Parts: sequence; C-alpha cells; structure tokens
Amino acid sequence: MPRAIERSLTLSAATLGATALLAGCAGGGGGAAAPAQSDGSIAVNASDTACEVAKAEAPAGKITFQIANRGTKVTEFYLYGTGDRIMGEVENIGPGLTRRLIVEAPDGGTYTTACKPGMVGDGIRAPFTVTGQASRSVDSNARLAEATASYKRYVNSQIEALVPKTQEFVDTVKAGKVEEAKAQFPVARVYWERIEPVAESFGDLDPKVDGREDDERGPGESFTGYHRLEADLWRDGLKPDSGAIADQLLVDIKDLQARAATVELTPVQLANGAKELLDEVATGKITGEEDRYSHTDLWDFKANVEGSQAAVAALRPVIDEKDKALGPTLDQRFADVEKLLEGYRSGDGFKLYTELTDADKKKMADSVDALGEPVSQVAGVVTST
Amino acid sequence: MSRRRLFGLAGAGAALAGAGATIGSAISSQQAEPAREAAAREQAAQEAVPFRGPHQAGIITPAQDRMHFVALDVITTDRAALVDLLRRWTRAAERMTAGAEVSPLGALGGNPEAPPADNGEALGLPPSQLTLTLGLGGSLFDGRFGLASAKPPALADLPHFQLDQLDPQRSGGDLCIQACANDPQVAVHAIRHLVRMGFGTTSVRWSQLGFGRTSSTSTAQVTPRNLFGFKDGTNNIKAEEPDRLRDHVWVASEDGPAWMTGGSYLVARRIRMHIEIWDRTSLAEQELIIGRQKGSGAPPGKANEFDPTDFDLTANDGRPLVGEIAHIRLASHEANGGVRILRRGYNFVDGADGTGHLDAGLFFIAFMKDPHRQFVPLQRALASQDTLMEYIEHTGSGLYAVPPGVGPDGFWADTLFG
Repeated sequence: MPRAIERSLTLSAATLGATALLAGCAGGGGGAAAPAQSDGSIAVNASDTACEVAKAEAPAGKITFQIANRGTKVTEFYLYGTGDRIMGEVENIGPGLTRRLIVEAPDGGTYTTACKPGMVGDGIRAPFTVTGQASRSVDSNARLAEATASYKRYVNSQIEALVPKTQEFVDTVKAGKVEEAKAQFPVARVYWERIEPVAESFGDLDPKVDGREDDERGPGESFTGYHRLEADLWRDGLKPDSGAIADQLLVDIKDLQARAATVELTPVQLANGAKELLDEVATGKITGEEDRYSHTDLWDFKANVEGSQAAVAALRPVIDEKDKALGPTLDQRFADVEKLLEGYRSGDGFKLYTELTDADKKKMADSVDALGEPVSQVAGVVTST
Repeated sequence: MSRRRLFGLAGAGAALAGAGATIGSAISSQQAEPAREAAAREQAAQEAVPFRGPHQAGIITPAQDRMHFVALDVITTDRAALVDLLRRWTRAAERMTAGAEVSPLGALGGNPEAPPADNGEALGLPPSQLTLTLGLGGSLFDGRFGLASAKPPALADLPHFQLDQLDPQRSGGDLCIQACANDPQVAVHAIRHLVRMGFGTTSVRWSQLGFGRTSSTSTAQVTPRNLFGFKDGTNNIKAEEPDRLRDHVWVASEDGPAWMTGGSYLVARRIRMHIEIWDRTSLAEQELIIGRQKGSGAPPGKANEFDPTDFDLTANDGRPLVGEIAHIRLASHEANGGVRILRRGYNFVDGADGTGHLDAGLFFIAFMKDPHRQFVPLQRALASQDTLMEYIEHTGSGLYAVPPGVGPDGFWADTLFG
C-alpha cells in the first residue's frame, strides 16, 4: 500500500475526504465475522455495548482491522498510541455495515483499541500490543536533513543580499539623501522580512532591528533599527543621531549574519516559521501596523509570503512523500496570494497601505486565511510516522 | 410626523367594557413547576437533536436559549470546491449536533505538531440541543455556479420598507448558517469550526449573537420576553400544528422548484431598539402600542395569555381595546388576509453605540413558504402604521432559501447541488 495514502489516516477529517484506503462496505447482515480473517485482518465485532477485537496483538508494521457494526448506533473505531494519539481511525460506520482500517504502527508497544457507538465519549477500550519493530525508511530522515540544509542555504543567500542593501541604505541616510533613502528602505527590508523567524529566534536582535516606537524597553535600551529611521525619514526629519542609529543597524545586521551561520534548524521550526510568517502578515501587514510612517506594508507582505514559500519549498520532498494532496494545494494557494498582490503594484514597488480600501484588505485577509490553513498542516505532516 | 396623537395614545382614565379584567395587571401568572418536571426539562435541554430528517432542524425545533448566526460569501468560482465544502460541513454538523468534536482527531488526538482539528472549547459540554440550519441567499444564484435557472422566484430581493436603515455590511450573503443551542459556547463552537473549514471557499460576511429566544415554537414552552419587556411569540405557529406548518411554512411541491420541496424561507431582520426612550414610556402607553398586557401577556380585556384576542372589544367610549394601530392588530393574520409566519428570533446587545446607548434589539428570524406573500405585506403594514416603528430601526436584512432536510446518505443542499 503506498505510504502516502497510509499517512493520510493521521490527517484531520477536513483533508481526509474519501481515502482510497477505506474499502467500501463489505455488506450488512451476513453472519458473524470470523475471528481469523483469511486475509490476515483482525475482525472487530462492534455493537452499542461491546467492542470485541479478535486478536489483541499484532506484529509492528501495517495492521488491518475489519470492523462490523452489529449495533443500532453509528459507530467509529480507533487505534490509540501513547497519550491518546490517534494512529488511525475509521468513522461513520452505520448499523449493519463493515469497514476496513489499515494502520501503520512501526513501533512496538502498548496501544489501545476503541469503539465509539454514537461517536461520543471515551468509547469501549481494550489494550492492544504491537510486537517487534518495523524498519523505518532511511529516506525519510535523509529528506528531512536535506530540507533543513536547503532552507539554510536560502537564509544565507538572503542575508548575503541583506548586508549590502542595508549598507547602501545606511550610507544614503548618513549622506542626508532623504528621498533616495525612502526608496531604498522597503527594498532593503525585503531580505529581512523573508527570514524574520530566523532573526526572531535570536531573541535580542529583532527588538533592536525591527522594534516599534511604543515597545516596552528596559533601561539603557532605546528605539533603534529600521522603524526608527523610518520615523526620521517620513515623520520627524533626520536627527543628529540618525547616522549613529544607521550605523547600529548595520552592526546588528552583521551580527545576524554571524549568528545565522551557526544556527541549527529542525524541520518543525521550518514549518512553524512558514506559518508564523503568515501570522505576521495577518496581524501586522494587513493592518498597516508594521510600517506606520512609510506605509510600505505591501513590500513586507510580499516578502513574508516569499519567505514562507521558501520554507515550505525546502520541506516539499518530505511533504510529497507523506501527503500527495498537500503540495498542490499549497502551490495553488501561494499562487493565489501572489496574483492578488501583483494587482497592487506601482512601478517596481507597491501601492501604499493608505491607498487600500476595506474591500482590498478583506480580499487580502481571505487569501491569507486560505493559504494559512494548509501551511499550518505542514508541521504535522512532516512529523507524522 | 409622529403617528401617535399629540399627548399619547393613553387617554385619561378610559373605563373598560368587557369581562372586568383590568388593563395593566401586574400579576404574573407563573405557576410553581414541580421539581421533577423542572429536572426533566433541564435534562432535555442538554440532549441532542437529530441532524438528518425530512426538514432541517432549527425551524420547528423548540427554540433554544442562544443563537449564533453567520452570513458568508463564497469567494471561489470553483463549484466543485463549494460542493466539497457542503459535504464536509454536513459531516461536521452531524458530529457537532451529536455532541462530538468537529472531526475524530478532535482537540487532542492528533499529532502534537499539527494544529488541533477541534479547538476544544466545547470539550465536556453536552449537545445542548444544538441545531445547525443552512440557507442559500439570492446572490448565490448569479452566474458563478450555474444556478441561475434554479433560483426560486421567492428569493427575489426584499423591497425597501419605509424607515429601513439597512447597513449593506449587515445584510445579504451567499449562504447563512443558523446555530441555536441552550449553551452559547456550543453554538459559537459550531459556527467557528464551520467558518474555519470554509477558509479559501467562503468568507464571513457578518455574524450575530443572540440570547433569550424571543419566541416559543412549541406549546411546551413558556413564552419568553423581548427587550421591550413583553412576552413575544404568544400567537406563533407551533411545532404541534401540522396544518399551519403545511399551509404557511413548508414549501410544497406545487410551490416552487423541486429542489426546495420540504424546505422553507428564512427572513432575518436585525431590529435595533431604542430602549432608552422605551424605558421612558408609560406602562399604559406601552400596552397600547403593543396591544397586550405586559405582565400576563393576555390581550386587552382578557385574563390569560393564550386567550384569543377579540379585536372587536371596545371600551365604554367605543374605542377598541386593541388599538387600531396596535402592533398585534397590524401583525395579526386577521388584518393580513390570513398571513402567518413562524417566528424564531433572539434578543441581542452588541456593545454600545458611542452615544451612551446600548446597541440592543431583536434579531428577528421567521420561516415561511413565500416571503413575498407573507413577510412583505406584513412589514409594509407595520412600517407604515405601527407606532412601534418610532422605537426601532431595521439595520440589517437577509433572505435565504432553506433547503429540505438531509437524507441518510445526503449532504446539505444536495437537492440543488447533488
């Protein structure tokens, strides 16, 4: 049985649809199911008050259950792992019907079978032992390692552009060329916004580089970074210390470069980073919160989405291995967001946030919701067994 | 120009003909309920209402205490995606109305690295008589999904009514879902999870919370009060009146497109009440405006809430006890050629309006088989004559076709999309 289809058992019902895995009704009212099926499957006799599992033990690997509902209520059957983690389930088994469930259980140990007549409550449970250990694919671990390595290469390439672009912006600010600096501001930030979760993982860096004017600060800390320069350029005029602030920004960006060289990321961090970039969009860019003085939020929006897409792309081989449907859905939803944003272009850049109508913002929010749902599934998919 | 006489409808000391009952009796007629019956009623309030059946639940289901109503727009032109969502919604609705989580993985059974399939705010809560009722708005039947020829004539837009102040952002919608339950958390949990499932296909247009059902839809229910303090729904079509349901609520095969047989039409009106000026209105005036006694709910000249209204009763001076423009006269089937509707609305208070006043009112919901022959003439009569209009504004409006119930193997609206 292809692995990708088996993996779908651990997905939420929203993506389950009709899995090819569930062989249809094996017919209603015949005699009692024989305990030892000729095909090796384990019979389960389910009723409103009982859950008789023919064998309470199976070797590790693929386990097949055949569940016959002899009761009057719609029932379900589950195999639980530790902590009630669902290894596999089949729902909506009507009275008189039989359904098959195939579960992948590669690790030996104690599990729990459960029937849930009426679909509610803890169900009728019994212990189930998986013996031995099934071999895991070496490929899976190798693919995950390649995913994190690939993403690290992406981060480095972004930082390699971020440093000179920031240098250029800093030089322009120090030369007092305000209009030129305003044009460079959103462009330099693109490389930062694409990899923001990585920067945020260093704790102290993000507040210094990307903090807001009204952030809480400890003694000795002041408003620095991109948004301080943004306020100088667009609202207050350049100040005597703007040059020093610009110098500090470059120092902090180079600090990021040094730290990012040694960071170790896990696949879950990649996936969560992809999801968090879209959270940023939802709460900071669609609201105009990020760039309060320049209103260049749409540049940041696009950069966040690009960064999210890069993290997801790095994980794509693992996603495809475990869930064939998720990748194409992600492609479609990323494309939809990008197409939407392209409609707000102005020259090489974008319209300012202040030019957006409520209807524009709603379309953007809808597209980010549509993309955020499948992106939020990636972490679970890449860590499923 | 105010409709009322300059010094109010309540004249000075009108004496009454009739049975000697006094207007404005403050004696409430609530009888003590035996403890056993009270316990049985509380138990029933927690139970499940079946999702599948010939009609959708939430129409003649005895009105629950709480409501969460959402109107959505379809944001894709992909008909297959919409149908897929209706199937998934059906499965989720069936589970949640049974008291189960939205999907088997639920809040806690999935991979910890994945977001929970169910947020869990209904964990441990009983079904609470949750019903979920789907409606289709007229805008769904434009060219996007090939449904133009299936649009029922009854779904033509409602006309503008005198004194309407409709906010387009609180009106319309391609779809609606009405969630009613005795526990607000259960109703909200259901809508929230259906909304989440819809991301990418649908988008919330507006939503309304409601409390304290303002109608009884079963003879077993005590009539509740609206935010004018009056019993609301005494003279309502009840679940126990199959002839009235057949005549006024359920779409029959001869009424319209075949896919709507066994369905109904839902009219929703968000009616803002100016409770501050109402609260400064005398009891006598209130009772004249409404046309019932405030305490008992009885019609003027009668003793009991469910005594039939005698519209011909007069006071000594010949004035009718039920005023000529009293609300219950203008809304009565007698005054409207036999028109009746099944009302199933809820009170609301949505924060404050910035001028020191609460944004309070009635989220009016009614079911009927032909809104243009039933709701429209009723509302026209009220809008042009009812003194009550001085205390209210209609601020939102929706008209939806409610498809028939879901069969054993069916899904929501499959008579249209299947």
